[in-house]
Amino acid sequence: SEMARLLHSEIVIFTVLFALNTDFVCCNTGRRVGDVMDTELSGFSVPLEHSFEVDDVAKFRVRGALVLKAGREHSLSLSQNQLSEEDRVKLKEVAAVDGLYRIRVPRVFLQADRQTERQMEGYLTAFVRACAMVESHLSDVISIHTDVSGYLIGISIVTIPGACRGTEVEDEVDLEIFNTTLSIMAPVNAPGPETALFLERMDLETAKKEKNPQEQKSFFAKYWYLILGGAIFLMVTNSAQPPAGGGREQS
Amino acid sequence: MAKLIVLCLTFIALYINVDAVFEDQVGKFDWRQQYVGKARFSNFDQHVQSSKKVLVATENNVFAALNTRTGELFWRHVDKTGPEGNIDALLHHGQDAMLVVGNGRLLRSWDINVGGLNWEVVLDSGSFQSACLVGQQENTKHVAVLKKTAISLHYLSNGHQKWIENLPESETVDYQAVYSGGNGEVYALGVVPHSHVAIVAYSLDDGEIIKQISVEAPWLSNIQANCVVIGEGMLLCVDSPSVSLYMLDLHVQSQMTQIPLQSLGLEVAPGFHPVLVSTQPNPARQPLSEFFLQLAPEHHLLLQLNDGQIVTLRDFKPVCLFYSATHTSLLNTPQQLKSKILASIINLFSAETGRRLLDTTLIFNMVPNGGKPEKLHVQAFLKKDDSVGYRVMVQTEDHTLTFIQQPGRVMWTREEALADVVTMEMVDLPLTGTQAELEGEFGKKADGLLSMVLKRLSSQLILLQAWIAHLWKLFYDARKPRSQVKNDVTIENLSRDEFNLQKMMVMVTASGKLFGIDSKTGSILWKHYLDNIPSNAAFKLMVQRTTAHFPHPPQCTLLIKDKDTGLATLHVFNPIFGKTSHVTPPTLPQPILQSLLLPVMDQDYAKVLLLVDDQYKVSAFPSTKNVLKQLQEMAPSIFFYLVDSSQGRLSGYRLRTDLSTELIWDVVMPTEVQRIISVKGKRPNEHVHSQGRVMGDRSVLYKYLNPNLLAVVTESTDLHQERSFIGILLIDGVTGRIIHEAVQRKAKGPVHVVHSENWVVYEFWSTKSRRNEFSVIELYEGMELYNSTVFSSLDRPHAPQVLQQSYIFPSAISTMEATLTEKGITSRHLLIGLPSGGILSLPKMFLDPRRPEIVSEQSREENLIPYAPELLIRTEWFINYNQTVSRVRGIHTAPSGLESTCLVVAYGLDIYQTRVYPSKQFDVLKDDYDYMLISSVLFALFFATMISKRLAEVKLLNRAWR
Repeated sequence: SEMARLLHSEIVIFTVLFALNTDFVCCNTGRRVGDVMDTELSGFSVPLEHSFEVDDVAKFRVRGALVLKAGREHSLSLSQNQLSEEDRVKLKEVAAVDGLYRIRVPRVFLQADRQTERQMEGYLTAFVRACAMVESHLSDVISIHTDVSGYLIGISIVTIPGACRGTEVEDEVDLEIFNTTLSIMAPVNAPGPETALFLERMDLETAKKEKNPQEQKSFFAKYWYLILGGAIFLMVTNSAQPPAGGGREQS
Repeated sequence: MAKLIVLCLTFIALYINVDAVFEDQVGKFDWRQQYVGKARFSNFDQHVQSSKKVLVATENNVFAALNTRTGELFWRHVDKTGPEGNIDALLHHGQDAMLVVGNGRLLRSWDINVGGLNWEVVLDSGSFQSACLVGQQENTKHVAVLKKTAISLHYLSNGHQKWIENLPESETVDYQAVYSGGNGEVYALGVVPHSHVAIVAYSLDDGEIIKQISVEAPWLSNIQANCVVIGEGMLLCVDSPSVSLYMLDLHVQSQMTQIPLQSLGLEVAPGFHPVLVSTQPNPARQPLSEFFLQLAPEHHLLLQLNDGQIVTLRDFKPVCLFYSATHTSLLNTPQQLKSKILASIINLFSAETGRRLLDTTLIFNMVPNGGKPEKLHVQAFLKKDDSVGYRVMVQTEDHTLTFIQQPGRVMWTREEALADVVTMEMVDLPLTGTQAELEGEFGKKADGLLSMVLKRLSSQLILLQAWIAHLWKLFYDARKPRSQVKNDVTIENLSRDEFNLQKMMVMVTASGKLFGIDSKTGSILWKHYLDNIPSNAAFKLMVQRTTAHFPHPPQCTLLIKDKDTGLATLHVFNPIFGKTSHVTPPTLPQPILQSLLLPVMDQDYAKVLLLVDDQYKVSAFPSTKNVLKQLQEMAPSIFFYLVDSSQGRLSGYRLRTDLSTELIWDVVMPTEVQRIISVKGKRPNEHVHSQGRVMGDRSVLYKYLNPNLLAVVTESTDLHQERSFIGILLIDGVTGRIIHEAVQRKAKGPVHVVHSENWVVYEFWSTKSRRNEFSVIELYEGMELYNSTVFSSLDRPHAPQVLQQSYIFPSAISTMEATLTEKGITSRHLLIGLPSGGILSLPKMFLDPRRPEIVSEQSREENLIPYAPELLIRTEWFINYNQTVSRVRGIHTAPSGLESTCLVVAYGLDIYQTRVYPSKQFDVLKDDYDYMLISSVLFALFFATMISKRLAEVKLLNRAWR
């Protein structure tokens, strides 16, 4: 489709002028989220909100609740509502004008013990094209990223399949239930130089060499015949006399 | 460790062939220019009449001697950057030059003939105030250094300290100046602001306090700015509120005598703070009793103290600069012509009488688009006929040094602004007239068959004509001896060469002066000084239109942004001639957050520049109807990001059709934990030739080539060596999706990052192992490509595979960049600027996370180098052999017309230009290629075929007869 063709060539320019003292104007004018709720097993839940509007002015509504469990391995689960009849129609309308389907979560700190310390100012937002959401029948993959100390730093959403091919979704039932794959990602530790393994391998190799007496021979001991042959060849070519027959036998 | 090195060496010997410069290639494809920076102090070497040296100590912490005949460097000493190497004072006596360095940390003496260090002493701590040479009975043997709390005297011969004395009442008195009149006494002059002047006289021999006086001076706050010592130890101060001079005899304790300027018949320009200047030609003698008083920016007076009376010798107006030398003074008169200063006249006057000396007029022509003169340095000498001659070095606002000889001949100029290059671009040179004619033929609309044929014929004729002229020139030049054939590059005969190896380097310097430099020879073809550049400006240079769109001239735009206010201006110019474009740039009333150059073009082929202001409104330049229409159509697919490092926030925006923006994603990194130190995207002009890598088993591993990927580097706020870390985030700039997130623990900056193709290389300091380490991240899509025709960030649901490996690097690095070639076929090298001044060309092959720990058949098939933790520096990898580049700050790479060749410019204090061939010159025949052999073989083969054919025919015929 026309829209799809246009969107294929996004343009991002990689230049950074650091914005100084910017007052952040937030487009998220939706209503305030409910407080973070403590749930059983030391986990706590935060609302996952979504917004899709024909005029692209974000109005966030609750889509579900994310239950986060802090610990060495963060765990995550999501309970979410079905899409209402009204929303389904709206989503299809938004998809028709190539609008965006946005989600957001509040910024939280997973490691804090108390609830008040967990919640922080602001939200993390991400988007996907509404048509991709429709065409994938609401199968999305949401990942939540934390930093080293357990702050949520970003959220991302993709649909599988991700493309908008313009296929009509006839059956309204396909747009009822979210089929969400959820993951929480902490930064991986980047490897350092592998010196220990390298030295171990070197030791092994030298040990192997020591075991094998063939390898231990000196350069001359190994290649004496080649050197001798070469020397004789040189002598023969240099001397004006015809080569002696014994030379070949010796080598 | 020895084992490790030996094994590494064998590996290298196996896999890499030597790539270095031959002796006869030195200087053939490369050049270096050495600079010193903006002069702070300068002194002519005058102890020998025939000397041709001028000593310069600069703001860039460089001390150098220049040849006054040619302007070249005799020698140069580059000290540490920053306040540690800051040159506080330069004192020159005979063959020695004394420097006080690093806020009074060191006192050094240099032999100016050879530039060798005579001695160096570490001074006692305390912030430096002033220094002077101390002489007695026509001999100067000591140097006095005044610090906040102490004064010390050192021998000139060996730097040993003769004595050091604490200054009395140094908690209250601010000692600012030291003075010696050659009578065996050293005076420390201090002030208690708005109260009194404190003067302490020390004995030269043992540092005993001879005298200590304090004089009421409630109007004085700064001695150095207001006071001078003249004649027989008279302290003369000027006070602007009361418009009067105050005089005090240092030898006699007394009151300060007030001399209202009005009583001398003088008047100060309103709002101007008058300045006094005195001269002490010989430290063993008293200062001259003649002195200068500046009453207005262009009004100076030569005054004399005669028996306690001040008399006016001469009134100079309009005069903007002057310089006082041994016996003569010199003035610089700007001539107002057509309200623009075109030339300055320099005259020599006698200080004793104030009379102008005959035949001493010198005219200094101002360069158009240059800066105003700022300082004069004069070398006066006696000619054979006992008349006074002089040469003058003029320092202008744009950091240029111009050396002029009478009657106005410019001997040389040094563009010291080039010691502070901030950013640069390389622009293709325009086509020659004939080439342009051909190009024009394709550019124009067809009018009909006949006219097209005619046009084609005429252009072919022109080509033929040019070729004949070229042949004739070749023939003509061949007869002349080689030395006479001139190959001067001027702005008129600039044209693109066959392989586009010669380009125009457009350099932007911190002082606001722009340069156009020919990349082949290094000669400066144009310069343009932009005045009114804020001192903390950030620059961004963009090529809006290249030379490819004849007859439209190429166009560059420089965005100049004040870092404090965020307000920006645009300077639009032609990069080939340096002329300001007739296109008027838009005025930008709002602070600018981000600028982006779109690949969208206007009708006249100028790329569109988008500027995002602090209201998140977007303005376009050029903003013609056509552009706005295109922007409206494309708006939903134009995304951009903003970085606010103070809040740790990265946010993505999408353009709306009404040129407003909407926030679509954000990633926030809490500033309590880490702060963003750099965000690197890929270069927009980068091409990647191969989509994947062929593996040992002949399958293909596809690269993840996301043009919108950003590498974000963060550093922990906790700098404890156990807890510090460096974070690397790979974020898609369109969707804000975090592709990869890694932390390098126990590491800290400075981090240098190169982001290209499907890899990110970064270098950091490992606090755990106390060494520099390199790490490389490569991204692969896997064995199958999701969508091979086009890459869209919006439709790439699967996360790429991430491979990473780290290495030890034996040196710290200053800067890093990757080579760039036309089509991206050539393998990549990393160009690493080392603090030692070398530029290392490290093959990317060594930074490959697929280097196997254990060698297998497959990895050997794939040509992977077995993993070795240490990256070695091989001397052949230095592309600048012995041409050290001091303080490398940046490396710029540009593709040439030859796929094998990449042009490299390294800039810092010096500028070095060269070419690199990362995969050797696979598309070029060698210089010593044997044309004779190949042609003789061809001919021989040809004749052999002919003969054998003939023979075969004869044989067939014979057989037929049989």
